[in-house]
Amino acid sequence: MSSKNLILRRIREALGDDPAQPDIPRDYRRGPAPADLDLLVERLVDYKAIVHRVSDISDAIRRIVGNGKVVLPPGVPVEWLPAEWLPAERSPAEGSPARFVRDDGLTPAEIAAADAVITAAAVAVAETGTIVLDAGEDQGRRILSLLPDLHICVLRPGQVVASVPEAVARLTPGRPLTWISGPSATSDIELNRVEGVHGPRNLHIVLVEEAAARS
Amino acid sequence: MTKEGTAISTHAPRGVGHLRGDQPFPAAAKVALADPQLRRNLQHATTTIRGKSGRVIAELPDWQELRSAGSALKAYTMANLPGLLEQLEEKVTAAGGVVHWAADAFEANRIVTDLVRQTGERRVIKVKSMATQEIGLNEALEADGITPVETDLAELIVQLGHDKPSHILVPAIHRNRSEIREIFLREMPGADPALTDEPSELAGAARRYLRETFLSTKVAVSGANFGIAETGTLAVVESEGNGRMCLTLPDTLITVMGIEKVVPAWQDLEVFLQLLPRASTGERMNPYTSMWTGVTPGDGPQNFHLVLLDNGRTAVLADEVGRQALHCIRCSACLNVCPVYERTGGHAYGSVYPGPIGAVLSPQLTGVEDNASLPYASSLCGACFDACPVKIDIPSILVHLRNEAPHPRSERAAMAAAAYTMDHPKLYERAQRAARLAKLLGKRGRGLPPPLNGWASSRDLPEPPAESFRDWWRGR
Ligand code: SF4
Repeated sequence: MSSKNLILRRIREALGDDPAQPDIPRDYRRGPAPADLDLLVERLVDYKAIVHRVSDISDAIRRIVGNGKVVLPPGVPVEWLPAEWLPAERSPAEGSPARFVRDDGLTPAEIAAADAVITAAAVAVAETGTIVLDAGEDQGRRILSLLPDLHICVLRPGQVVASVPEAVARLTPGRPLTWISGPSATSDIELNRVEGVHGPRNLHIVLVEEAAARS
Repeated sequence: MTKEGTAISTHAPRGVGHLRGDQPFPAAAKVALADPQLRRNLQHATTTIRGKSGRVIAELPDWQELRSAGSALKAYTMANLPGLLEQLEEKVTAAGGVVHWAADAFEANRIVTDLVRQTGERRVIKVKSMATQEIGLNEALEADGITPVETDLAELIVQLGHDKPSHILVPAIHRNRSEIREIFLREMPGADPALTDEPSELAGAARRYLRETFLSTKVAVSGANFGIAETGTLAVVESEGNGRMCLTLPDTLITVMGIEKVVPAWQDLEVFLQLLPRASTGERMNPYTSMWTGVTPGDGPQNFHLVLLDNGRTAVLADEVGRQALHCIRCSACLNVCPVYERTGGHAYGSVYPGPIGAVLSPQLTGVEDNASLPYASSLCGACFDACPVKIDIPSILVHLRNEAPHPRSERAAMAAAAYTMDHPKLYERAQRAARLAKLLGKRGRGLPPPLNGWASSRDLPEPPAESFRDWWRGR
């Protein structure tokens, strides 16, 4: 008998003929609720992420990255980048060294050599301070947000939901998903929280708000 | 050399894996009780995590509703296990993965070892996983000339220290910073002699040490927190990013998952992703959760194998009272509230599953005769039941298992009396108080709450403590 059949037979024998079928009570909080951006920011900051509430994405990125070199998923729009970086993409041969490189199948070593990565997100959860990446074109392969020490995630208010159930409902299960709550952390040494063991040690969230709404 | 599993017994086979200790709990506990450093570390850890967990649980107005949903979902899963496992297999296969079934630890080790050997690689990186510890996979790989590298910081400390994990969640909790520094200096190739014992420096040393290993190792082995039948999606919940490294960088990923970890539907994650981190690390959400479904071209490992592990789980399922132990999501909340665990630490339990859940799960996986003292490694105070995010009634299972454990006649009589009293918490509490008032307190076995103190030292009826356990616990 194959182990599969053996295990399935053992389970059926263990359960008997007619195991009781419990109902699942779903009276916990579900369904849409207003997403509180202030709460999201508070929870992100509590987890040692750095949050920038801005209307100008490229200006924020310029300030965060400084002189670093950036990797970009294929779908991140050039409009997010500081204007002075752009000639480098069009013709890296002339002028200053490229400030960024787009992922068209970069090697792990090339990705690890970058100082930062810029991605979008698929959804964010206000109540837990979580962003979720689903490997869409503007988020890229999982490896991109893993190796560089600085992860900049650009978030739009429409991507923010109130709770975990809403996030689960919005996501597509077949895609590779990475839920991120603050930068990598460990508490293994005497329970002291230390940011960054293996993942990015710095997580910056650029929350895009309309100029009018911020005034 | 791996030995063929005969797959006759439904229990986890002897002679392999880490479900049985070298000595019974009372003897091992005595050693632990003599170690004041261990008790200080444990007390600090359990108190800290309890506090954090309590605070973030209090933020959720629907915690009890979530617990009820989680509990019902697990009961539903067990009742429908054959169909859910076949559905999981079908979905994983459709998404480009390969599913293997392992009746016991021998077979699981052989499957994984063969898969690694077929890749031609001699080294694997590992994500912390209870299932692979349970089956002794590292030892099996080493016996076959394959080097397993633990990548979780705590597991790395344990591995470099030639030691055993002592807590499900923080396996190196019994070590403090200066010990960790010494282990790194002694065992970590290339460690800087100027390394201090600052936690951030120690973590930095581990980061540098492992980075190159992550980037150059082509096979990874992981466990899984959840496997979703409806979609074939696997999920690993972690903090450090070592999990993401292992799940993302290698060409081949082999995941070993206990058959009880299957979850019916995608939607059900909305329950477990709220319960697990808050009960476990006391965080609203753990820093990283990875989810993958089979193979994604161009992203992550291009070969994915899922090993579904029985190893005694069907024996647990056959016991109508005990099968609840399979609902466990390994959050470790019950360890952190347990007065016995807090005094003895994880090593005393002899199994990779310590604390209250270990006291009920290990004897059921191995057969009660192999872990006969574990059902007594508890005060039956009920704190574990209250803490459990999926409402496993551990005290009831303990009492139930006590009746199954083989004991000499004299012992049995004493235990029957004790079990009767403890089966009736009100009576037990009153008995404790009455005894205290009557100043019946003896000196033997101090340090452990009853009935362990009495049993460990004299095998008498439990001795009453100075204040009843419940009084004492409330007053903390
Ligand atoms: S028995 Fe409950 S509290 Fe204990 S580890 Fe399992 S899920 Fe957590």
